[in-house]
Amino acid sequence: MGVEQKLGNMGVVTTTLENVVNWGRTNAMWPMLFGLACCAIEMMSAQSSSYDMSRFGMELMRASPRQSDLMIVAGRVSRKMAPVLRRLYDQMPEPKWVIAMGDCASCGGVFNNYAILQGVDEVVPVDVYVAGCPPRPEALIHGVMTLYEKVKADKFVPTQEK
Amino acid sequence: MEAKLEPIVKALQAKFGGSFEEFRGEVHYFVQPAQIVEALTLLRDQHQFELLSAQTAVDYWPQTSPRFHVIYQLSSLAQNITFQLRVPVNGDSPTVPTAAGVFDSANWRERELLDMFGIQFEGHPDPRRILMPEDSDGHPLRKDYPLGYEEPQFTFNFEDIDLRKPYAKE
Amino acid sequence: MSQLQEVSVDQYRHLVSERALTGETMLLNMGPQHPSTHGVLRLLLELDGETVISCIPDVGFLHTGVEKNMEAKTYQKAEVMTDRLDYMNTMGNNLAYVMAVEKLVDLDVPVRAQALRVILSELQRIASHLVWLGTSGLDLAAMSMFLYCFREREQILDIFELVSGQRMMTTYIRPGGVWRDVPVEFEKAVRDFIKIFPRRIDEYETLLTNNPLFLDRMLGIGKLDAATALSHSVTGPMLRASGVNWDLRKARPYMGYEQYDFNVPVHTEGDTYARYLVRVQELRESLKIVEQALNKLPLGPVRSDNRKFVPPPRSEIGTSMEALIHHFKLWTEGFPAPKASIYSAVESPRGELGVFLEGDGGPKPYRVHMRTPSFDNLSPLSKMVKGHLVADLVAILASTDIVLGDIDR
Ligand code: SF4
Repeated sequence: MGVEQKLGNMGVVTTTLENVVNWGRTNAMWPMLFGLACCAIEMMSAQSSSYDMSRFGMELMRASPRQSDLMIVAGRVSRKMAPVLRRLYDQMPEPKWVIAMGDCASCGGVFNNYAILQGVDEVVPVDVYVAGCPPRPEALIHGVMTLYEKVKADKFVPTQEK
Repeated sequence: MEAKLEPIVKALQAKFGGSFEEFRGEVHYFVQPAQIVEALTLLRDQHQFELLSAQTAVDYWPQTSPRFHVIYQLSSLAQNITFQLRVPVNGDSPTVPTAAGVFDSANWRERELLDMFGIQFEGHPDPRRILMPEDSDGHPLRKDYPLGYEEPQFTFNFEDIDLRKPYAKE
Repeated sequence: MSQLQEVSVDQYRHLVSERALTGETMLLNMGPQHPSTHGVLRLLLELDGETVISCIPDVGFLHTGVEKNMEAKTYQKAEVMTDRLDYMNTMGNNLAYVMAVEKLVDLDVPVRAQALRVILSELQRIASHLVWLGTSGLDLAAMSMFLYCFREREQILDIFELVSGQRMMTTYIRPGGVWRDVPVEFEKAVRDFIKIFPRRIDEYETLLTNNPLFLDRMLGIGKLDAATALSHSVTGPMLRASGVNWDLRKARPYMGYEQYDFNVPVHTEGDTYARYLVRVQELRESLKIVEQALNKLPLGPVRSDNRKFVPPPRSEIGTSMEALIHHFKLWTEGFPAPKASIYSAVESPRGELGVFLEGDGGPKPYRVHMRTPSFDNLSPLSKMVKGHLVADLVAILASTDIVLGDIDR
């Protein structure tokens, strides 16, 4: 017997603040347009007509880090690009999330050499890793969905340790 | 040797001496570093080699004299042939005169060779690194430069390597 | 990790005009993260108001060390690296590298494999041009082009997935032939594509070719004359838009291109619009080649049976000891190649894609150099943009059709 039942027909719902905010965050998450290499082409495919990521509130790829809350690192990160990547990450407003798309961004992929970072987690903290070289657009969408689950479980107040 | 290549080799031999190699129909002609600009100009102006298709180098380390071969791959559109010039360069302070005055494309290619092999091009208009970060040291494509291999993680060594990994902070 | 560096105008003194040193003109950084630079390209622009006075491209943000890494792998295993260079042209890269290996070790390819290679690399050319058309439409605010082009591209990727199991990084073309024969559905899939695609090209052309807004952005912008283009080693559609009829498929036919009847579109204006026209017409020509090759696709083996270089088919391994030994040898040790060097080139969607390969008698390449067309096609950029507006720079850059993976390697 919740209060919802009494008030439901008056158009009022009660919930927790966490739920509302997290619902808002997951339904309009703006990724930053951050294509680096081959994976970026699959990211573009995911945006295009056949896969249509805008179904999940992500049709807006922002070119500016200041307007985005998700960074999809799509492709290999070279040692020359790494400081740029970190600066862009620092420019994004809180809260922010990172998806490492593809093997290269996750662990270096086939390029185990002097030029490529062995995983973008060396420069920015990563929330979701998407495997594949390149991951199919469906895999990317699955990665985004996984991130949504994570965001939905976000707690505003850290649970107190007993 | 292809008939069209013969007069070219003759002309080069008359002017610079030097030897050539042949493999699967391709001719590689050796010239000295000091002669390269003249040789390229000759080929471009008198034998219609309009295109410098590729310019690269090979490192024969630990051999030191010559340590490098700088390679100029030329194409002629008019005659539809290709020709290769090779310039042997010694290992201590490798220097070649720049070809940027003959072919504009040599400008970036020589920057790449400078970056990757550390070969200096005398008189180059813009000698900066092109691919690697400005503050990096070493020349990656030299044979004595390590590949920079990171050990792959397996179950038995996962922890060890994970501890060594420089994970980023928030 | 290297650090972001402060630079001063003094470092670029030899590349900018006098006025930049006094602060009269403005130096503006564009990229490496910029929506219209087609990847991680950084441009340093010197501007007088809106006009570009000089432009200094800075590449290398995607430097992958492919050439060094290939030296550490055997000839067969190094092939996976080539897919990832120019990721719009994966089949074409495989073809270029594999042809170089075949030339080095002197290996023949069965005719059926040759025809399949032609079909697939022409489909790849179409896919690559579609990405170019879509993204450059996006840069010029023709958003719907992007959606249309990617729709057709999906169809080609489906064909690739059908034959190789992967959408982009196929590694389907192997030394001595192709990985395995195409499945029976292949022919129908390609025929379906051949049937609908001409109408789709018409659709694109109705949207763009005579569109006055599009013409305003393209006509007379970013001129490149033939002599400059040649001196900069520009090849491919960019060179053909400057009036030089040079196409390696015609000039030095490989893989049986001489059997197919196709034209090489050439335009003389050398501006962005000419480059657009050349590429759109190439779509039709490539489709013609695909159709002809499919019509006379010969039957027969798709891999050379020279067991010294080509692993035996899986089915043989279960029954023949010899096949098992060959398989084991080839995948653990690789095959030796002579101590010599060769250069072989193919026509990629962007131009001459050359491979310089040197062997040292062992199973690993001693030196591989990929002569990638984008690297040279970008180099005359500073000449092309001089005196144009910043908005035109975007159109010019789009028309060069560069792929950063191809430049930085
Ligand atoms: S994971 Fe594969 S497709 Fe993605 S950037 Fe790396 S090499 Fe390219």
